[in-house]
Amino acid sequence: MDIKTVRQSFPILDQEVNGHPLVYLDSSATSQKPASVIEKLDEYYRGYNSNVHRGVHTLGTKATDEYEGAREKVRRFINANSTQEVIFTRGTTTAINTVATSYGRAKLGEGDEIVITPMEHHSNIIPWQQVAKATGATLKYIPLQKDGTISLEDVEETVTGNTKVVAVMHVSNVLGTINPVKEIAEIAHRHEAVMLVDGAQSAPHLKVDVQDLDCDFYAFSGHKMCGPTGIGVLYGKRTLLNDMEPFEFGGEMIDFVNLYDSTWKELPWKFEGGTPIIGGAIGLGAAIDFINEIGLEEIEAHEHRLVDYAMDRMREIDGLTIYGPEERAGLVTYNLDDVHPHDVATVLDAEGIAVRAGHHCAQPLMRWLDVSATARASFYLYNTEEDIDRLVEGLQKTKEYFGDVF
Amino acid sequence: MSFNNLDTLYRQVIMDHYKNPRNRGMIEGDDHMSIDMNNPTCGDRIQLQLQVEDGMVKDAKFDGEGCSISMSSASMMTQAVKGKRVEDALAMSKLFSDMMQGKEIDEQEFDLGDIEALQGVSKFPARIKCATLAWKAMEKGVDEQGQS
Repeated sequence: MDIKTVRQSFPILDQEVNGHPLVYLDSSATSQKPASVIEKLDEYYRGYNSNVHRGVHTLGTKATDEYEGAREKVRRFINANSTQEVIFTRGTTTAINTVATSYGRAKLGEGDEIVITPMEHHSNIIPWQQVAKATGATLKYIPLQKDGTISLEDVEETVTGNTKVVAVMHVSNVLGTINPVKEIAEIAHRHEAVMLVDGAQSAPHLKVDVQDLDCDFYAFSGHKMCGPTGIGVLYGKRTLLNDMEPFEFGGEMIDFVNLYDSTWKELPWKFEGGTPIIGGAIGLGAAIDFINEIGLEEIEAHEHRLVDYAMDRMREIDGLTIYGPEERAGLVTYNLDDVHPHDVATVLDAEGIAVRAGHHCAQPLMRWLDVSATARASFYLYNTEEDIDRLVEGLQKTKEYFGDVF
Repeated sequence: MSFNNLDTLYRQVIMDHYKNPRNRGMIEGDDHMSIDMNNPTCGDRIQLQLQVEDGMVKDAKFDGEGCSISMSSASMMTQAVKGKRVEDALAMSKLFSDMMQGKEIDEQEFDLGDIEALQGVSKFPARIKCATLAWKAMEKGVDEQGQS
């Protein structure tokens, strides 16, 4: 992949922020969008904006073809068995909440267990807390190793015959840990539990094959993988989805509506109540085309090089702590001694460098790390070694600056 | 933006309050109220203790965790409201809020003292919530006291 061409595909990168060329290191929060995605949205809204699955007019047919075409692109992208297993949602959060409600609340009861980890994003903790409260099920945590990884022995210890759901993030948005979700799924299945994988941080960066992982549910967001906000995907095995009640009720998802009861459409539409996220799905389809053109393997290798380089360079900075394991996805979470991460992020912003500072929607993990907040630099296909050099320079300046004012 | 602009945010006096916070700790005894407040988007949190007697803020202390702006602002706020009448403390809070929104403020109304150093925060919209956290906690405490 030619980095110069890649960068030219992202119009937003070509700008100055606070008098410096922008260095965008916050792709784990949301990625930037290539021109092809922006143009696809423009084409849809200018050319054939219409509601889908209804009416017989030409624009409606075109919009339906594009919307369902995007579903097929997603199916191939994650290697689902059928498009019936690909449900468009508002994002990862809605996808997980769909499973928590339509599977968790419906099927769990007292004595059942839900197993998660302390490194989960809030969106893979709170839905399960709520299921536990509503059903009387017990929420259990697989402990973390010192370096922020999960050991399979601990998974074996935690998952029991009473476990009905195991829900684990594929890649940590804070530590960068790549969790062994395939092996965890195997353990879950041995105990007849279902396995949900939060793929928000993996789908954009790693080749994901849901059949190979053999997970029962896989959730991810479009906006972290070059697509628009407001679109995400819930993959679920057809047999499970067929056996679940819809999450939202209304238009689009029905077969027959009578005065006192109704029946549902078949999969995947029974989970897509209301006018679907048509523009978002079409934009996500364009994002997948863009990623496929470059190749996820290429992207993964590029990020691997970047994160190795970043770890080496950031280790040169005295008083900088890096959190998480050595082997990691393309992000580095860190703190500078005696400087609060918000202050770090403000000084970097003055240098045109965008990083995230805060708890990263992972308060339990912050407590495990014994910090109130951290700063994070996250990389994607458009980042370069020069970006990392600028970050390191900015961090050195931050140290000098706060060294001076104290 | 250069580091000169940063100096409008990180004034010496702010750093002094951050490094050497005034009124940090706990009020002894139990004739005071305690208010917990946090900024859920970034994790800053403050525990503010207020002792109010006969409509007067007799004592104010705080504890907490956060960035230089939130902690220095808490330090300055406790300093400012101590010994003030409750209505004056609330009026100062309003003045501070206006200052953060970049509005013209009547500096004659109160002697803002060190607090004026926080004026530069208004140029950094992402950090305004850091500066107002302690003031919000004070308002909440006084409000609850009024209702009881």
